[in-house]
Parts: sequence; C-alpha cells; structure tokens
Amino acid sequence: MSTYAPSRTTGPAGQPEMAQACEGAGNAAKTDAMKILIIEDDLETASYLLKAFREAGMTVDHASDGDSGYFLASENDYDVLVVDRMLPKRDGLSIVSGLRASGDDTPALILSALGQVDDRVTGLRAGGDDYLSKPYAFSELLARVEILGRRKSVREADTVYRVGDLELDRLSHEVKRAGKVIPLQPREYRLLEYLMKNAGQVVTRTMLLEHVWDYHFDPQTNVIDVHISRLRSKIEKDFDAPLLRTVRGAGYMMKAGD
Amino acid sequence: MWGRFRAMLGTTAVRLSALYLALFAICAVALVFYVTAISEGLLRSQTETAIHSELREISRIYQVRGMAGLVRAIERRSRQPGANLYIIAAAQGQIIAGNVASLQPGVLDDEGWTTAPFIYERYGDPEEDEEAHRAMARIVALPNGMRLLVGRDIGEPEKFRGLVRQALAMALAIMFVGALAIWFFVGRRALRRIDHMSQASRKILAGDLSQRLPEGGSGDEFDRMSRSLNTLLGRIERLNEGLRQVSDNIAHDLKTPLTRLRNRAEAALVSTEDAEGYRHALEETIAESDQLIRTFNALLMISRVEAGSSVAEMGEVDLSGLAADAAELYEPVAEEAGVVLSQEIAPAITVQGNRELLAQALANMIDNAVKYAGDGENSRITVRLEGDKRTARLSVADNGPGIPEDRREDVIKRFVRLDESRTKPGTGLGLSLVQAVADLHGGTLVLAATDDSDAERPGLRATLELPAGGTK
Repeated sequence: MSTYAPSRTTGPAGQPEMAQACEGAGNAAKTDAMKILIIEDDLETASYLLKAFREAGMTVDHASDGDSGYFLASENDYDVLVVDRMLPKRDGLSIVSGLRASGDDTPALILSALGQVDDRVTGLRAGGDDYLSKPYAFSELLARVEILGRRKSVREADTVYRVGDLELDRLSHEVKRAGKVIPLQPREYRLLEYLMKNAGQVVTRTMLLEHVWDYHFDPQTNVIDVHISRLRSKIEKDFDAPLLRTVRGAGYMMKAGD
Repeated sequence: MWGRFRAMLGTTAVRLSALYLALFAICAVALVFYVTAISEGLLRSQTETAIHSELREISRIYQVRGMAGLVRAIERRSRQPGANLYIIAAAQGQIIAGNVASLQPGVLDDEGWTTAPFIYERYGDPEEDEEAHRAMARIVALPNGMRLLVGRDIGEPEKFRGLVRQALAMALAIMFVGALAIWFFVGRRALRRIDHMSQASRKILAGDLSQRLPEGGSGDEFDRMSRSLNTLLGRIERLNEGLRQVSDNIAHDLKTPLTRLRNRAEAALVSTEDAEGYRHALEETIAESDQLIRTFNALLMISRVEAGSSVAEMGEVDLSGLAADAAELYEPVAEEAGVVLSQEIAPAITVQGNRELLAQALANMIDNAVKYAGDGENSRITVRLEGDKRTARLSVADNGPGIPEDRREDVIKRFVRLDESRTKPGTGLGLSLVQAVADLHGGTLVLAATDDSDAERPGLRATLELPAGGTK
C-alpha cells in the first residue's frame, strides 16, 4: 500500500491503462488464459474440481501424488497451483517449499483437512499464498484461485482504482463518484479498496474478513453483509447504476455496466 | 520372604547403602591400621632409645669396673621392679647373670638389634602364666666370646594392637547389623510404596483414568514423583474427557442434522417434479451442510484449543486494538438488530496470547449478546476493556433477559442451548470456545447478571479475565 507511484502528478483522470478496472465480462471470458494444476489424491474430489474449474473456463491439469505433482509444477508454467496438504509420496507443504527454493513463485493455494488455528500459519510459511481448510464451498475456492491467478496482472502500483464512474485515490484516500466526493470511514475505505483492487472478481465474505479485518475465522453471522450494505448505500444511494453486486452463494463483485 | 528379601536387595536404596557401608568399612579398617602402625613405630623407637641409653650406661660401668662390676650392675638392675631384660652369657650360651630364665634359641647368636620379637621367660614369672612373653633386645659382644643382652618386653604395644583390632571387629559387626536393620526397614518401606504405586498404575493402565497414585504427604521423592505423575494423569484425563465429549457430541448433535439432510434429499427425490423444486431442495441442502461444517469446525477448534498451547502461537496481543476492531466489526450488525453497541475500551492493554483465538472469543461473546439481547426497547451492548497490572478484563454486557444463575454453568458446555434460544441460529458452541480460549490463556470466563435490580431484564455480562502479564 505504500507504493508511491510517479503517475500521481499526471492526475487520475483519463489514463488509458487505468481503465483495466472494469475489464472482463463474465467468468468465461475472464479466465480464458488461466492454467491451473490440481494436486489432489482423492480421485472423486479431483474429478469434481477438474470439471468445475473447466466449467469456469480454466485449463486444468491434475496430479494424484506429491512426486508427479512436483514434477508437473516444475516442468510447466501454471498460473495457480491448488495443492492438497496431505498427499502420498510427498506432502503438499514440501512441494510448495521445494518450488519456492528453486525460484518458482507460482501462486499456490493449500487445501487442508486440518484445523484452522496454526496450520494456516505453517502453510503460509512454507510458501503458500493462500490456505483453505476442508470442507470448503467451491465458490470460495474458485474466487480465491481467480484472485491468485490474477495477482500477477494486478498493478499494485496503480494509485487510482476505477470502476465505472467510481474512483478511489490510494494516495489521498479520496473516493469520488461522478466527480462527487463520498466520505467514508477508514474501514469502509479499506473494504472498498479491496473490492476495487479485485474488481471484476468474486470476493467472498471470508476473503473480506481476512484482508480487511485480518481475521481468519468464520464470523458465523452476517457481519460482512451488513458492512457491505452500509458501504453500498454510500456509494450507490444517489446513483442509478449498481456497482457493488452480490454474487449469490459466493460473495460480492465490483463491476460496472452489464 | 526370601523372594521379598531378594527384591529388596535389588532396590536402589539398598544397593546404595551397601555401597556406602562397604566404603565406610574400608575407610575404618584403613584408619585403624594406620593408627596402630604409627603408634607401634612410636613405641618401638621409644623402646630402642631406652635400651640404647641403658647400654651406654652399662658399657661405661664395664669400662670402669671390668667384668665383675658389670655382672654386679646387671644383677642389681635385674632385681629392680619393672626392670628391663638383662643377660650376660658365656661363649657357649649359658646364662651367667641376668633376669631371664630361658629364651628362644639363637637370639644371642647375632650382634645388634634382634630382627624380630623373641619369646623369653623371666625369673619369678608365675608358673601358670602360659602366655609367652615377647621382647626386643640389643646384643653386644663382650671379650672372650661372652655376650650382653639388654632388652625390653613389648607385651604392652602387642596388647594395645590386639585391643584395637578387637574394637574394630566389634564396630564392624555392629555397623553391619545396624545396616541390615536399616536396609530391612527402609527397603521394605520403599518397596511397599513402590508396590502401591505400581498397583495404582496397573489400574490406570486397565483404563480407570480416575485413579491416582498414592501420596504420603511427607514430601519425599516418592511423593514428588507421585504428585507430578498425578498432574500428568489429570491432564491426560481431561484431554481424554474432551475427546470422549467430542465423540459424544458427534454422535448426538451431528447425527441429527445429518439425518435431516438425508431426509430432505430423499424427500426431494421422491416428491419433487419440477426443476424449481429440485433447485430449492438443493439450496436447502447446501445451507444445511454449511451449518454442519460450521459446527464441525467449531468443535474441532475447541478440542484443539483445549489440547493446549502447543497448537497456538502465542505472542503479545494488543487487546485494546482487538476489542475496538471487534466492536467496530459488529457495530453494524447490532444496529441492524436494533441494539446500540457502545465501547468503553481502556487504551494500551496487552496480553500474551493468540490474536486470532482472542478475537474469535470476543466475536462469539458479542455475537451472543447481539442475538440474545436483541429484542426489546433500549437494548444495548457494552464492550468494555479494563485492566490493572495483573489482570485484563474484557467484558461484553447486555441488558437482555440474561441467564438464570443456575444455568450459567450449563451454557458454557458444548451444545447446551437454553430452550428459549433454540429458535435462534447458532451451534451452541460459542461460549464453549470462549471458555477454551480462556483456559488456554490461563484466564477465566465469568458470567454474571449486569443489573440485578431489574428482574425483567437482568442482562448478562460475560467477562474474559486474562493475566495481563500473560502466560506462555
């Protein structure tokens, strides 16, 4: 967040590369090029994941044990690795740490049936980029994989995020819609910033809780929904076009137009 | 009895005391020998000096008065009480003068000091005195092959040595008997206690984890060992109990929703005809599964937290910041439920702990308050953090219907939900987790009424008391 980009002086308005925020219309088009590897030993789970990711428009490879998974991951160029933590021959953490040691920083999401308290920490320490404990909703997994795959292309250096006529200036922390300043509380600002950074992507409630509040537990109630609806009322109240959409059964997405 | 004795010989205590006894005996014997050797040497040199000086006197008499004078002097000296031994012998060995009746043959052959004590008999010794007298002497050659012997009885030092040896033998015998007695009582006592301990541990091994090793209360090594083993057993029992509870919970409280899930799917399969109906049934199934997963995760989390600090990383947690964050997170939800959530958070309070777990515990407390204080006018929740040097108190108070005093213990237990709350969503595990987190941090969870004077709405204050210094 501390990136101080020189583009500031040129002003936020009318920069062509900033228009990337609202690219991508629909899941299929968006994930066209995404190529992922699933390393999972349970064949039923694997075939379900393969099918579901393919339906989401991704190219998917599968390995059913640790050794072949490591081989595939190091031989091919994937956008995201989905690694089960407990695997025959070589466990998931060792695959990820092995890849990191050889200089491969392909984003990796670790799946685990283990609990949540500190396994997450060990998973991330081994070089994993995200951690999801089983059982999970596929929508949650898909959302996380999409964000990981897109991470390479997200320009952290952007000082202004835009979705439609809404713009968020990361340096002045100013949010404007159609040129009109919208005052936000600090937390609302961070919520919006995260949503806009991942505009066009589905962002789940747990992802919001993790990134905006830094909590990794299940809040059990609709805390996030209420925060979202407050934010929504601020950024959409006086405007016609909705920007912050609810994706049923999954989460939220910032997107302009239809 | 023999077997017991042998077993006793096998105990460490007995082996150690045997070793000590042996070492002590060796030292005692060595000391005695050293002392006798030294005193013997002293006595001998005294004897030698005495003989020497006497010889000098006698030789002066001989030089002055000749043989006759010598014989007279010897005769005179021989008659004095406690006299030394004197002999003047002819060349053939007959005793001419002196006070010795007979002596070991060959003593007079060599000049100089006798090499070993010799046996002699003195005139006037009682006949019945069977005991042989021993002496040492110096023999001097006189002219004409005659010999002069001046000697002294060494019976006294010999007797002294005998006495010392006797005393030593006696002392050793007493020591041995005493050691045996001590072995017997100490060893038997130790053996009995070890027997008790192994009996108790056999029972425990057989599965009765409520058994404890006996503690004598004397605070000796056995007691200390028993005590630490008992602490260990207590912990194992608690963990085991937790595990058993989890499996009971799985049986009772997870089977029910699973059955419901299955029935719903079956009913949909049998009676639903249109796609919309299937869709609805599937959505309900997913919602139900999500609830199940939630319950399952909460259960696992509780048992992991109960398993102890090894599963959770501890560090310094800014409790003030955490409380403010949680209050801020829940404020909109509370507002939507018609509750005013206010915070009274003291700044800069920190504890040693796990941030995630503490946050989740507080979230559960606030969540409960929102759920159960929600209906009614002027509903309010206060998140308060205060602390002194020793304790940090994090409390969530509401002014709802509260929990009757006799049920407060119960609601902390897993899956216990009061009848009035069955209709609200929830797993019945919220406060169980708070309790587990409190335990993990060496703190306590206290439930109390917020306002006792208001019978209608006494409210509930859940307080998490944590050691401010923190536990590792």
